[in-house]
Amino acid sequence: MGADRLRELFATTRAENRTAFLPFMTAGLPNPDESLSVFASIEGADAFEVGIPYSDPLMDGPTIQAAGQAALKAGTSLSRGLSIASEVTQTTGKPVIIMTYANVVFQVTPARFAAMAADAGASAVIVADLPIDEAAPIQSAVEAAGLGMVLFVAPTTDERRISDIVAANPVFVYGVAELGVTGERTASGGHAANLSKRVRAASDVPLVMGVGISTPEQAAAMRPFADGVIVGSALVRPVLEASTIEAARRDVASISRKIAEALR
Amino acid sequence: MKLDRPDDRGRFGAYGGRFAPETLMPALDELERAFEKAWADDSFVTRYKELLNTYVGRPTPQHLAPRLSEHLGVTVLLKREDLAHTGAHKINNAIGQGMLVQVMGKRRLIAETGAGQHGVATATAAAYFGLECAIYMGQKDIERQRLNVYRMRLLGAEVIPVTSGAGTLKDATNEAMREWVRSVEYTHYTIGSVVGPHPFPWIVREFQKVIGEESIAQLGDLRPDVVVACVGGGSNAAGIFYPYLDTGADLVGVEAGGLGIETGKHGASIGAGTPGVLHGSRTYMLQDADGQVIEAHSVSAGLDYPGVGPEHSYFADQGMARYESVTDEEALDAVDLLAKTEGIIPAIESAHAIAWVARERTALAGKTVLINLSGRGDKDVEQIARIRGMA
Ligand SMILES: Cc1ncc(COP(=O)(O)O)c(C=O)c1O
Repeated sequence: MGADRLRELFATTRAENRTAFLPFMTAGLPNPDESLSVFASIEGADAFEVGIPYSDPLMDGPTIQAAGQAALKAGTSLSRGLSIASEVTQTTGKPVIIMTYANVVFQVTPARFAAMAADAGASAVIVADLPIDEAAPIQSAVEAAGLGMVLFVAPTTDERRISDIVAANPVFVYGVAELGVTGERTASGGHAANLSKRVRAASDVPLVMGVGISTPEQAAAMRPFADGVIVGSALVRPVLEASTIEAARRDVASISRKIAEALR
Repeated sequence: MKLDRPDDRGRFGAYGGRFAPETLMPALDELERAFEKAWADDSFVTRYKELLNTYVGRPTPQHLAPRLSEHLGVTVLLKREDLAHTGAHKINNAIGQGMLVQVMGKRRLIAETGAGQHGVATATAAAYFGLECAIYMGQKDIERQRLNVYRMRLLGAEVIPVTSGAGTLKDATNEAMREWVRSVEYTHYTIGSVVGPHPFPWIVREFQKVIGEESIAQLGDLRPDVVVACVGGGSNAAGIFYPYLDTGADLVGVEAGGLGIETGKHGASIGAGTPGVLHGSRTYMLQDADGQVIEAHSVSAGLDYPGVGPEHSYFADQGMARYESVTDEEALDAVDLLAKTEGIIPAIESAHAIAWVARERTALAGKTVLINLSGRGDKDVEQIARIRGMA
């Protein structure tokens, strides 16, 4: 079943004492037809986070906003985005996690969204603007379809909320490594270590760090305390900037290879 | 049924809630607790009322509009929020939230603005309370509401242009939220309407309900049959409707009809939208079949928004208020009508309420209609001159 593939992944990476690499890429970038080839150029991924583009992504910085706009403009519908996710998991053999925003899920209804994601072969769902307080209808639909729900913990989250979040049994906890939205940063707020300590004190649920992790060094710095790291903007930006699909694939391959090596 | 406050989950019936990134959740909890405590504290409320009286210039006048009434054959009363300090009702909320920030000990205010009135009000509150201030404003709105951009800068605020999307209020709100996620530890997001994640819709309605309370106290022998207000996010409408819910008056919210509902270029979130999640709460909104938000359109920057406050969605479903729309053209004509009959230049936003009364004058004949004149039109003069070829 979908969620089990992620549970197995984190059991394996823990046994191997390494940190998994979960690259994020917007589905439909630069356009729906060439999107799969961009995913396929990512090297060293343990699982893929596939972003279903949304018109008003509150948790995303300029890079992923621009990627979402480009993908929407190029005609990436929800069903097309999910079919790209399906191709990604089929061709790479790796689990995919669907990432989107609450309105996309509610508009088609949580039950139908979960069924569509399950049909696409997804393992889990992340909804960027869905705190634990509002998660129940989506989480129960997602789990009923055999997928895992991912819930967030941020540097601002207090112990009471952390214990509620881990008690809801997410397939993994998404640790927000920096204050702010997604995007590349040169300086770190240094929140990740403490955040992981606080999550670990409450549970041994897999903890994946994301937001503001863009360089091999930043990724490597997460190794002591994260089961996985999510890297998004650093991989998306070259696709936005490259003048040809070949150049985009080459840049994405090179950046992802360096990050994957830094995690080994 | 009128709700004093939303339920434990921040819901007005099926609407509202808190669909926000986890990073913001503790700040929303903190804000809710701070507001609950302050609003139950006599010294806070007394100080708030004092500031409204001495600084904002409340109570604002309410009076009969004699020549407009004669012209329309409808008895029209005007609640003059345009005469509040800074020129619109937005200051009621900005001063209230500014006081809350004092209590919470944060040092910086950020806000979104469409027409610039809420930006000016927030910049004013920041200057008054000695806080740093940054205002997010869509590029299109910066161009059509230039006067307010200068005012904000003069008041010491930084005005940050937002170029994403259509460069209007929705996009400015997105960007202000993102900035709040980054700087939440020392920044308060002074949201400008009854929108956003809980507790904002409740807090803003509470700070705006002074409009309706004053109005009822000022009525004398007159009793309005109908109360009319324009609806962007819905704060001036919520402020006047809420106290009138108990009076039996018909409550009519007027949304932006833009180029006409049938053209798809409008801001009629209740009139032509469906429930979804926008800017942190479940409410009526403009969206496509995949849940992508559809850009609104209105000649008035303050109504150019594809969502509406969740309490209005609740009022609409319950039949406690109804929501109509008028077109850009009708609103511009109403600016002219009020200017020439009463010597008052209204904001184009507020002119939507006047335009609805003018259009429905036959049905309203013989009735007494109270219009919330939410703001003055100085900010719009340049835009109107351009549109009407008077420049
Ligand atoms: C004068 C005036 N009226 C109305 C509005 C619309 O906001 P709301 O619906 O929250 O009252 C604005 C917003 O900018 C405004 O400036």
